[in-house]
Amino acid sequence: MDAILLQILNGLDKGSAYALIALGLTLIFGTLGVVNFAHGALFMLGAFCAVTLQRILTFSFETVDDSRTDFLGNPLKVETPYVEAWFGPQTGGAIIDWSVPLAILFAIPVMISIGFAMERGLIRHFYKRPHADQILVTFGLAIVLQEIVKYFFGANPIPTPAPESFRGALDFGILLGFDPNVIIYPYWRLVYFLFAMTIIGGVFAFLRYTTFGMVVRAGMADRETVGLLGIDIDRRFTVMFGIAAAVAGLAGVMYTPINAPNYHMGMDFLVLSFVVVVVGGMGSLPGAVLAGFLLGILESFASMNEVKAILPGIDQIIIYLVAIIILLTRPRGLMGRRGVMEE
Amino acid sequence: MAGLDARDTRFLLIVVALTLFTPILLQPFPESSSLAQFNAGYPDLMQRFAIFGIFAIGFNILFGLTGYLSFGHAAFLGVGSYATVWMFKLLSYNVLPGLILAVITSGLFALLIGYISLRRSGIYFSILTLAFAQMSFNLAYSVLTPITNGETGLQVYTDDPQYLLAEGGLTTTHIFGLAMNKSLVAPVGGWEFTFNVGYYFCAVIAIAAFYLSLRIFRSPFGMMLRAVKSNQQRMSYTGLNTRPYTLAAFVISGMYAGLAGGLMASMDPLAGAERMQWTASGEVVLMTILGGAGTLMGPVLGAGFIKYFENIFSKINDNVLHGWFAFLPDGLEDLLVTIVHPFVGKGWHLTLGLLFMLVVIFLPGGLVEVGQRLRRLFTRRGGTPDAADPRHAPKSAPHVAE
Repeated sequence: MDAILLQILNGLDKGSAYALIALGLTLIFGTLGVVNFAHGALFMLGAFCAVTLQRILTFSFETVDDSRTDFLGNPLKVETPYVEAWFGPQTGGAIIDWSVPLAILFAIPVMISIGFAMERGLIRHFYKRPHADQILVTFGLAIVLQEIVKYFFGANPIPTPAPESFRGALDFGILLGFDPNVIIYPYWRLVYFLFAMTIIGGVFAFLRYTTFGMVVRAGMADRETVGLLGIDIDRRFTVMFGIAAAVAGLAGVMYTPINAPNYHMGMDFLVLSFVVVVVGGMGSLPGAVLAGFLLGILESFASMNEVKAILPGIDQIIIYLVAIIILLTRPRGLMGRRGVMEE
Repeated sequence: MAGLDARDTRFLLIVVALTLFTPILLQPFPESSSLAQFNAGYPDLMQRFAIFGIFAIGFNILFGLTGYLSFGHAAFLGVGSYATVWMFKLLSYNVLPGLILAVITSGLFALLIGYISLRRSGIYFSILTLAFAQMSFNLAYSVLTPITNGETGLQVYTDDPQYLLAEGGLTTTHIFGLAMNKSLVAPVGGWEFTFNVGYYFCAVIAIAAFYLSLRIFRSPFGMMLRAVKSNQQRMSYTGLNTRPYTLAAFVISGMYAGLAGGLMASMDPLAGAERMQWTASGEVVLMTILGGAGTLMGPVLGAGFIKYFENIFSKINDNVLHGWFAFLPDGLEDLLVTIVHPFVGKGWHLTLGLLFMLVVIFLPGGLVEVGQRLRRLFTRRGGTPDAADPRHAPKSAPHVAE
């Protein structure tokens, strides 16, 4: 029982990342009808927003402290971040410590503008082109974005720690009456899960309860009719593209403490997220979220030693296997609408 | 000749001539000149031209003709490599059994994957093939280690059985005693030409592969595949089952990929799982599109183009750049070097990505389309009535299908 619970918890954080990326992919596909292979790159750009902010905050000047010496006997050079000099060591240190959560504020405008630029500059010219062309051009774009990041940040993973107070782990088992130290769950993963739920809830609420969201949903159902009613649906879809980019970016920002970001993290997630979208059903938002969590948890179950003993290597292929089975038996995915991209 | 009309025969002969004289054609600059770094006439690179040419020709039979975009073709390349290295380990360093086995295993593998994947089309097909390739890649790294030797990669060890290896036999790859790494270096004037056995072996196979694809393009079978691309639904409505045709195309292109993988292992008896990764599948897609999908020459051009520039671009460093721009005033020189720097050397992939995007956006026909446009421009200037009459020369179909 406790083992099962532990695997479910372990699957949640990866599942959250899948769900967030898949949600963005589905938003783009559902609104613009574009298959965006560069979505993983957006996730990666988000993660590097966090890295950039960390770099900015720790931007330092050098002073010479005469009262202390380094091991060679020269006066010690002290690096003080500007932030600490301005706000005092206490507040400044806290700001630096909290750079990842702060990066959310930084990433939202950045990612939305990147999304706008992408949609206006490139994607809009591909509405009418075949899906294969869309895949190809966004695939090219993903390579370009990835290489640009590699040029500026290097090829090695860059550690971006979570704030001090979230670095420990929660003994989850005690809360449920198990023995101590049976189910231990790092705080940050819990934060990530809650964050993902908030974002997902926010996107759904936005689509469900605002007039803007209503129009977008109407546009997803029948674009032409909405256009005939005199609504500039293209502009709203561009906004949705920006939102989808921001969702992917935020998923990336918050993921940095779990896995140190490197330039190809997006591609690694992209392939899996596509599989998630297909399993959930092309164009179905709840399907994408459900499939994201489901596959994340399945993956973590498959990596249990007991399972691996029976089926060696299953943890490596479980997601793809599920995708193949789903595509062959139920092509529209778990929650896909009848008739959407079914052939 | 050989079942081709006069025009195709001429075309084939030109291709043959170009292939055979590659070691001379790719060595246009004398050794001592500063442009010698642009020479590409060394065996390793020429072999790669031929091998990736075969890979891309095969991919084009599937993608160019039927429009099915496979994102998992590298899996067949990997299978071919593994099969060939296993033949080296079990029999001897003669490449022939290895290549035959590579084609057979990759064909069977393609039959299996194709049979399942071709139940879907469009993006679903792409994702299915991608999923299969990633599965093979992951398995090759983990559970299949006894067969693939995991991360180390499969290679031949001295204690391998090698049943057919005679006492004192060749210990490098060879074809009936002719070692692949043997070269004839011919210094002519300031030039230096290298004629390598391995390259000519690959080249002969590449020509055969090209000939086969030419015949497929011109055959009723090829016509059927094109019909699938232009309108599969209509094909089904006329009561025709398209599945056997697409499956045949998939298996053929899988066998081409396996052959290319086998040749790779024949030139250098190694096989690693990274050959199966989806980035490798992406590379062949890039080659085909860049050259011009659905055309005969396009994939070969694309493969040559990418491999050549990959090699040349990654060799250009800041010193070379400073050498080029030395005639400019210092400030301007540094500025230009700074601007160009991210695109060369390690940044070659950035250039490739940009180039690829530009091709997809502006030139869906790839390099071949560039050539055709230039020629049209030329003939029109010359005042000859050109054949671009819209009523008589139907517009070429877009290079990808829904």
